[in-house]
This record gives sequence, structure tokens and C-alpha cells, in this order.
Amino acid sequence: MRFRSGQLAVDHIALAVPPGSVYGFLGPNGSGKTTTIRMLLGLVHPTAGTFRMLGTDARDGLDAVLPRVGALVEGPAFYPFLSGRQNLARCDAADPSADLSTVPSRIDQALDRVGLLAAADKRYRAYSLGMKQRLGIAASLLRPRDLMILDEPTNGLDPQGTREIRSLVKQIAADGTTVFVSSHLLAEVEQICTHVGVMSTGKLVFQGTLAELRSRGESRILIRTTDATGAAEVLGRLGLADISAGDGLVSARLGEHAPEKINAELVRTGVPVAGLETVRPSLEDLFVELTGEGFDVNG
Amino acid sequence: MSTASAAGVTGFTPGQRAAPIRHWLRLFGSELRNVFLRPRNLAMLAVLAGAPVLLGVVMRVNTPAPGSGGDGAGVFVGEIAGNGVFLSLFALYVLQTVLLPLAVSVVSGDSVAGEAGLGTLRTLLTVPAGRIRLLATKYAMIVVFCFAATLLVAGLGLLTGAIFFPVGPVTLLSGDTVSLAAGLGRLALIGCYVAIALSALGAIGLALSTFTQHAIAVMAAILVLVIVSEILDAVSQVAVIHPYLPTHFWFSFDALLRMPIDWWQVMHGLASFAAYIVIFGAVALTRMRRANITC
Repeated sequence: MRFRSGQLAVDHIALAVPPGSVYGFLGPNGSGKTTTIRMLLGLVHPTAGTFRMLGTDARDGLDAVLPRVGALVEGPAFYPFLSGRQNLARCDAADPSADLSTVPSRIDQALDRVGLLAAADKRYRAYSLGMKQRLGIAASLLRPRDLMILDEPTNGLDPQGTREIRSLVKQIAADGTTVFVSSHLLAEVEQICTHVGVMSTGKLVFQGTLAELRSRGESRILIRTTDATGAAEVLGRLGLADISAGDGLVSARLGEHAPEKINAELVRTGVPVAGLETVRPSLEDLFVELTGEGFDVNG
Repeated sequence: MSTASAAGVTGFTPGQRAAPIRHWLRLFGSELRNVFLRPRNLAMLAVLAGAPVLLGVVMRVNTPAPGSGGDGAGVFVGEIAGNGVFLSLFALYVLQTVLLPLAVSVVSGDSVAGEAGLGTLRTLLTVPAGRIRLLATKYAMIVVFCFAATLLVAGLGLLTGAIFFPVGPVTLLSGDTVSLAAGLGRLALIGCYVAIALSALGAIGLALSTFTQHAIAVMAAILVLVIVSEILDAVSQVAVIHPYLPTHFWFSFDALLRMPIDWWQVMHGLASFAAYIVIFGAVALTRMRRANITC
């Protein structure tokens, strides 16, 4: 999708979200995540190409499939002069295929699931940031959905709220709904997502399961010993690469080697092993590796 | 692929739409509630209601001599003391200059730009409310507002006139006298004419509203448009463009106060309003369909 200024916001990405998964959509600021989500929801028109969502091609019109999609994009937006319940009633009134016989019960149920039932009749302008966020999620829960697109769902929530949303997302996924979560919080993504897609300057630089992302990074073996040179020699003999020996600490790229075999070999050679551990790269390190170290936003 | 898996968790199959009219009425009802129950708009309607009452009080205290007053609104002023119905006409005439267009500019500016400014436009469109469906609902709401505001002004003018002055058979501008019922019928027709004139202004407001996220910008633009149009309409050097100005036919409803009714003048006015509605409606439609919603 190319902006009028000529800037390429999203460059032909091939998103593949498996049904029933919880897909984490990651990327630095300005990478094109929100533009992609807006395109999926029909808010922004792609300048070229198309996509399929829930079996429907976008060119055939999204109005038929959007009732099956719940969305929270770039923060909740409601009327300050209406109460939480009235706001949800308005959202439901705008739905061209809502079930008219269950309106009050569906609204109450949605409010209950996000914990806002007690504050439902307060004006939206009186809500705290967390309550506003919860109302946004409640709007997407007004009817059963096949797909939920959540842009930073835990933004502004206290730890209890964050936990609740996390378990809510797990519940929703367990019901069979596919959840597409866009987030900066890597720890969160690690906890709830099954699949991950990473955006960087308009391109999808990685897509796959969380396990696949983790395995991209190289585990290293870390040995604490008084005989650094001896340990380094053993590791070299075993065929480990990228050995670095420091003061009392030796590390090398683990590769396919089994740590217990290395330990056995070290002990057999007589190298005193004070400590041995396998270090996996953190998700943050992997993310930065994929998207670049720079602090400045790209263009 | 079995139907069950195509329908997914929700059991929803595309094309399953029970009674679209009922759903549209739901959205329309929600829209009317949002506009007519909003405190700020209620305050505005209160001002509109108070104006004819104030005019009535002023006329009562400072009763103008029968037959006095010049042309334009002045024509009605002289008749008020004799027949309270003319207070209603006078109120419509006076408020049509600025206050009624102001109210319409607020509501039409708010219609799309206000929603964009709040961000609720994206909330509604992802429901999905449907871009065209939403635009049509907004315009229907604007038209209802125009009629409601006109009814409020005319109704309260009539009530105040009936309280302060005698009410009876109405003497038309052409000199003939008709019964009170016929006179009230003429008043109703005039009210409709004014409401349609305001609806045309509302269409311009709706079109401008689709271009911005600031409702106040639309309000200002509409007011400037009305004032400039009224000024140009008074300048005889540019008489050639007069029939094309939006406000030119606003006050032609004196044609409805003649026996027989001057239908030619009335139709001329209605045609002007229809043209504005069609042109600016098309602009709003095109813009709404093609715009990238970034609010």
C-alpha cells in the first residue's frame, strides 16, 4: 500500500494466519503494522493487490465477512457523552446482521467478560484508560467471532487487567476463534501466541510458529571454570564453533552438540567445571536481530 | 469443504440477512438518539425554541402599528398585531438568516467529521456499518433535524403569537383573506419549504464533513458560505449569478402567501434546493466510498 506521498507503507506482504491460531504481529513503530490491519478491515484501500479473509476475496467486498471479525484498532473510540452500555448498544445497532432478540443479554455478557458490568452506566468520559480499553474489547465480543484482530489489547491495563485479557484471549482461542494480536510486548506474545509474524519497513521479515522463531537464534553453552584454556581446548576438539574464553568463563555456539556429552568430556579431561548452562537468545534479541538495532523510526 | 467449517465458529453464513429494513431502522434510531439527546444539541434546540418566544415578547411590549414596516420581514411585522399567525412567519424569516443555518451547520458538520474526530467512525465502519449505509443514515438524520428545527421555530412562534395576539382568518399578501385553517395550511407549506432549503444546506455540510476530521471547520465553512451568499445576493452588479447562489431562494416563500399560490416561484426554489442536494450528495458519496479512513 503506497501512501499519496509516494512512501511505500506495506510492500506486498504474504500474511498466512492459520485458523484457530493465536498469531502475534510484531514490528517496530512505523513498520506498517497498523496500515496492514486497517487494510484488512476495509478502512484503507490497498493501492495494489488483494487478500483473502475467512474465505472471501477482498475485491468481492468485505461487508459480508466483517461481522465475523471482531476488531480493536489503534485504541478504543467511543462517544464521551454516552455510557459504556449505550456505546455498546450503538455498536450493535450499526451491525446489519445482529441477532435482534438477544441484544440486552449479549451486551451484558460482553461487559461481564471484560469486567465492566459494574461501571456500565457511567459516562465514557469518566472511564480510566484501562476501562476504555476494556470497553473496546467488549465491543468486539458482542457476538461470536471467527477472527479477532486486536491492536495492542493490553495497552494501559494494570497487571490484573493484563492477566485477565491474556486469559480472555486464551479462552477466545480455545473456543475456536483465530486471534490476530498486534503487540510491542514481546513477553506477552511469548505467553499467548502460537504463531508470529514480524514486520520491518513494510516487509514481512519472518513468519512461522513461535518455536521456529526461537530456533532461529543460536543457543550457546556457558562453562564456568578456573581452567579456561583447558576448557576451550576441549570444546575445540569436540568441534564447537565460535569459542570465546574469558576470565573464568568459556562459551561457544552449542549447535547440535548435547550439553551433557560436553560436560562428560570436560570432566574426563580433568577440567574443573564449576557451572555449565545453555543460554537461549531472548525473544527481544531475536526481534532486534530481525528488525534492526536503530532507535530512529524508519522514514 | 463442508458448510460447518465454512461457517466457522459463529455458524454465520454469508448472505444470511434477516430484514435489512429493521436493521437500518435500528441504526437510524440510534443516530436520532445520538443527535437529539446529546446535551450540546439540546441546548442549541432550546435557543432555537427561545428565539420566537423572545420575538413575541418584544413585539408585545413594543407593538408595531398595523400596516407599518417595509419589505422583507417587515411585511410580516405590520400584520402581527392583528393576527398572531404572522409572528410564526416573522420568526421563520428572522431565524432563517443565521440561527437556523447555524444549527444545521453544527449537526451536519458533526455528522461525519465529528465521528472522525472522535475516532468512532472507524469503530462504526469495522462493525461493519457500511460506508454508504452510514452516509445515507447521516443525511436522513440531517433532514429530520431540519424539519424538527423548523417545526420548533414555527410551532413556538404560533403558540406565542396565539397567546399574545388575536388569532383569526389570515389576510394574505395578495389581499385576500382565508380561513384560519387555510392560513395554518399555508404556514405548514412554508415550514416545509424552509425545511427543504435547510436540507440543501445540510447536504453541503455533509459533503464538507467527509473531507475533514474537524467538525468546527465545517461549521465555519458553512457559515461563511451562507454569509457570503447573502451578501452577494444583495449586490446587483453580480445579478447574473444570483439564481445559482444557495441562499437566493430561501426567502421566496412569500409566493405561498398569495392567492393563487405562485407555484412557478416555489418550483424555482425547490429546483435550486434539489440541485444542491444532488450535487453535494454525489460529492459526499464519492468521497465516502474512496477515502482512506485514518481517524
